[in-house]
Amino acid sequence: MPSLKQFRVRIASVKATQKITKAMKMVAASRLRRAQEQAEGARPYAERMERMLASVATSMRGSAGAPRLMVGTGKDQVHLLVVATSERGLCGAFNSSIVRLARRHIVELEAKGKTVKILTVGKKGRDQLRRDHGAKMIQHVELARIKRLAFSNAKPIADAVLKLFEEGGFDVCTLFFSRFKSVVSQLPTAQTLIPAAAPAAAETGAAGGAKAIYEFEPEEEEILADLLPRNLAVQVFRGLLENQASEQGARMSAMDSATRNAGDMIGRLTLQYNRTRQAGITKELIEIISGAEAL
Amino acid sequence: MATAGKLSFDLVTPDRLLLSVGADMVVVPGAEGDFGVLPGHAPLISSLRPGVVDVHQSGKVDGRYYVAGGFAEVNAAGLTVLAEEAIAIQGLKRADLEQKIKNAQEDLTDAKTDEAKAKAQAQLRQLNDLLRAVG
Repeated sequence: MPSLKQFRVRIASVKATQKITKAMKMVAASRLRRAQEQAEGARPYAERMERMLASVATSMRGSAGAPRLMVGTGKDQVHLLVVATSERGLCGAFNSSIVRLARRHIVELEAKGKTVKILTVGKKGRDQLRRDHGAKMIQHVELARIKRLAFSNAKPIADAVLKLFEEGGFDVCTLFFSRFKSVVSQLPTAQTLIPAAAPAAAETGAAGGAKAIYEFEPEEEEILADLLPRNLAVQVFRGLLENQASEQGARMSAMDSATRNAGDMIGRLTLQYNRTRQAGITKELIEIISGAEAL
Repeated sequence: MATAGKLSFDLVTPDRLLLSVGADMVVVPGAEGDFGVLPGHAPLISSLRPGVVDVHQSGKVDGRYYVAGGFAEVNAAGLTVLAEEAIAIQGLKRADLEQKIKNAQEDLTDAKTDEAKAKAQAQLRQLNDLLRAVG
């Protein structure tokens, strides 16, 4: 049985931990709100970009010479996996679940005899993947010192991917990130960036008269050649924003349950402490009484 | 949304929807020359060069926005400009810009790596464009 002092020390230490997790939960909640606003703010651009891409792609249909970014290289031998994770831990299973999904893909691809290359974004993913797949990592992007994620943070990642593609470094590019569904639910997702899936023109047709026959200035090919790299950057940006919101959501629920666990533990320890104290008092009383009776 | 006879104009950046108004006419810096868009313009998709978007209201220029390239789409619903970066020119002051240009020039001379140099150059070019738009 630990002594009373040991109990007091443990209770104080758990209380201190609880204060920290509580504060972290609060911080994550306010960051989550900001991240969500940002993710929502980015939506109109991505939607309209998609619609425009669909219009151009529809009018290009049938004509030869569609850009390689759209149709791919015609092979799928070399795969590039862009794994986006966070820079910090203490956010539940957020990073592990993205990495797990990526790992599964790596194993599947390698079983089929494909070559895999990995580009990591964020420290945690790199650290987790390094042990098993360190040799396949070709590049890493840090996001550590960025306070507010901006489009200019996503652009270098997209540029690096594009440069590699132009050099013939890979055939298929997949982005791994966590889609934000709600505070308690984040869905690790794999999204193919290259070749860009031709968006279904039929479903966008209803929105804003996208079925209209457009004039193009300059030619379709040129616009498409301009539009596709930008679309890639937008997709990466959207992934990063979703990731940011998911990270804060995951941290918030992780810290919430940590705070609750600490509360339970304090309750249990306090009960034990009081019992031990009472046992000591009773023992002393018995000693005094039996001492008095003996006289 | 736009009232009758107005062109509904959306200016969107990757971060947010910057502007959504009804306008009489919007002049857009197309890749092959500026063009004005009036209500009922024929459907058009064009890429943009860095330049200034002018929003006209009842015969006067009501708002000016600098865009660093992007795309414009005109359809039955109106005009949408997708800009990678867009800055409202109204709030800018000439003196501030000149100071920033000076800083950017210093950055350029201090830049050691090619990457830093290219970044400083791009910034300088953008600031000069802005200055021209303000002046």
